[in-house]
Amino acid sequence: MSVFDGLRFRKVSSPIHRLDPRAKFFYVIVMFVIAILFGELLPLIVLFLMQIPFVFVAGVQREWIRSLRGALFLAVIIFVFNFVFGYLSPGGIPRIEPPVDTLSEYIILLERSLAMALRFAVLVESFSVFFLTTSPDHLGLALEQSHVPYEFCFAFTTAVRFVPVLAEEAQTIMDAQKARGLELERGNFIKRIRNYIPILIPLIVNAIRRSLELAEAMESRAWGATEKRTNLYALRLKKPDYALALISVLMLVLAVYIRLFLPVPPLTVILHI
Amino acid sequence: MIEVKDVSFTYPNGVEALRGVSLTIRDGDFVAIMGQNGAGKTTLVKHFNGLLKPTKGKVLVDGVNTQEVSVATLARKVGFVFQNPDHQLFCETVEDEVAFALRNFGFKERTIKKRVTWALNLLDLTEYRKTSPFMLSGGERKRVALASVLAWNPKVVILDEPTIGQDHNQKERLRQFIVQLTAQRKTVIIVTHDVEFVAECNPHVVLMAQGKILAEGGAKQVLTNPKLVARTSIMPPQITQIFLGLADLGLPTDLIDIHEAKEALLNFLEADS
Repeated sequence: MSVFDGLRFRKVSSPIHRLDPRAKFFYVIVMFVIAILFGELLPLIVLFLMQIPFVFVAGVQREWIRSLRGALFLAVIIFVFNFVFGYLSPGGIPRIEPPVDTLSEYIILLERSLAMALRFAVLVESFSVFFLTTSPDHLGLALEQSHVPYEFCFAFTTAVRFVPVLAEEAQTIMDAQKARGLELERGNFIKRIRNYIPILIPLIVNAIRRSLELAEAMESRAWGATEKRTNLYALRLKKPDYALALISVLMLVLAVYIRLFLPVPPLTVILHI
Repeated sequence: MIEVKDVSFTYPNGVEALRGVSLTIRDGDFVAIMGQNGAGKTTLVKHFNGLLKPTKGKVLVDGVNTQEVSVATLARKVGFVFQNPDHQLFCETVEDEVAFALRNFGFKERTIKKRVTWALNLLDLTEYRKTSPFMLSGGERKRVALASVLAWNPKVVILDEPTIGQDHNQKERLRQFIVQLTAQRKTVIIVTHDVEFVAECNPHVVLMAQGKILAEGGAKQVLTNPKLVARTSIMPPQITQIFLGLADLGLPTDLIDIHEAKEALLNFLEADS
């Protein structure tokens, strides 16, 4: 559940928390695009390190580290897959001719696989900073003010709102099945995955049941009765928000320029390995 | 036998749920653990099968420290029926559901068949053998959950809020059922708010408040003490309330049983005339 913890909002105030969710979301999307633009290790390291000051200004280091730890498992899988398949069919830039046999070729392969794992970490990192510093209410409000139909906004905020509830319920279900002799950690890899069936089925069934109940409860309280909704709070973009958006645009332009016109050498070449 | 020795438990989020609880439950005892919401009742019973391990102090089940063995090992002796059956039902048929724990404990298929038939018969579920548990009513699902625990014949049976959502007839059947279990020298522990149910069953009562045991004794002794129960936001049984109200007439106030109450009233009326 640690990945969920890494996305759980905690109400505190910091310059990052006070930013408009729309500006922050734009920034996250830009980070996302830049991370996809580059497959080399060096720019991804820069991207990864660049966001750390944000984390500290927002004061969410502990949760942030937890979310990265949660993502570690998947990052390792990405690394292993890239390495294995890169070994089986290399190529890329700089081009490796199969078979992979010299040390330098192995190092290039290693760097590429590391870059893919780090790209995933950068994506998790930026999303985690976004969700850790944006309250679900603000997020819903931002969606609404971006003219997303209210039904979708509501579905989205409800989904976010129910993540901790689901996490808690998963814990109870695990306890209930353990009390019936289920041992999650027993058996080989396949068996261990199968062990989660008794957890997942009640969790999904209950989630569906709850959503139906929620829908009935809301309709009996006249949900959707007024066509035009108004809000008590309205989001307004302020100076820091424009600044963040501007920085994001500049970063994107710079990244595209580098991608198109400048060579990005592998780290191994720079370090003369 | 379950021995709880000066146990304290703090949840990871810092909530102190138990503060120095000591309790001994002997084989064949029938114990009701009562108290207001958040008093630590469920936290306490989760220590009996090792789902939670004490932060301080220790819990011994048949002389074995729960810190040292797995939940699955303890579950063989201590059956725990969770409050909400939807937290554990996941199989396609009621039969499979009841057999789940038996398979986890490694019973032979022939034994499993016999045990399942026995447990379904015991809880009057034989006709639903091939039905999906999700198609059953709330009360029936609760019985399936109970059958799935009783099937492996544990020495201790813990029932968390067994009377919630049950009609009068079901409650009466549950009561008779518990009497049957105790007649077989099984230890039955119920966690409940249902004062009337406890008054009818007349178990040993453990009254909890704010993570501590407030009082312990016979149901009659504990539940007829208005000052004591007032501290846990439960009310004495209705019979007791009537007799407490009539105390000025010289009627006894330590009654929880209907038949006793009737007798006391008749005696009083006879003496009066």
